[in-house]
Amino acid sequence: MSEALRTFFSPQILGPEIFYGSSVGLFLIGLYMILVKKNLVKIVIGLSFIESGVNLFLISLGYVWGKTAPILNKPELMKEPVKYAVDPVPQALVLTAIVIGVAVTAMALSIVIVIHDKYGTLDISKIKELKW
Amino acid sequence: MSTLVLYLALAMAILMLVGAFVVVVTKDLLVAVIASAVVDLVLAILFYILQAPDVAITQASIGAGLTTAIFVVVVRKTKRFEDD
Repeated sequence: MSEALRTFFSPQILGPEIFYGSSVGLFLIGLYMILVKKNLVKIVIGLSFIESGVNLFLISLGYVWGKTAPILNKPELMKEPVKYAVDPVPQALVLTAIVIGVAVTAMALSIVIVIHDKYGTLDISKIKELKW
Repeated sequence: MSTLVLYLALAMAILMLVGAFVVVVTKDLLVAVIASAVVDLVLAILFYILQAPDVAITQASIGAGLTTAIFVVVVRKTKRFEDD
């Protein structure tokens, strides 16, 4: 294995790239589902995939290599938490965003149920008249 | 995070993208909902690897459990198969 390849596969380099790449991949799959799929339930699933991708990206931005969770249960953690713990601000943000995402998904699905009761279909190309 | 945990994270990321691909290609909406629950559970494991255990607990209970329950209720009240 050459030197550049070994540098790339070292944990410090490859570690963040895995999480950035998988979050961007999840975001792109959700965007594809919203833009291309015709079924309304699939569109809402794509919306929740986009939310999950953004959450994973924020958490992996706050991660610092080799540090522990921001739970102050040891004396050295109590004394100097910045030296030993990862950034807790994105974690608090994402914790709120998950709950808000569930509320948004439930709202969208209730609208999907109303549309199915009105038109009898979930295909967005068959929903013609846009008033009810 | 040691090297072994890094390989576990790589395997989990690949599993998550494969689950998302299953959601894209399937015609059965119940299969799509269950595959998206698998994606959310693997995402909770990734949060735990990234040293965010509270976010992992919330994602596994609310993101994977409650969202899947709501989707199953909607699939039951509407149609199960995606017709094209």
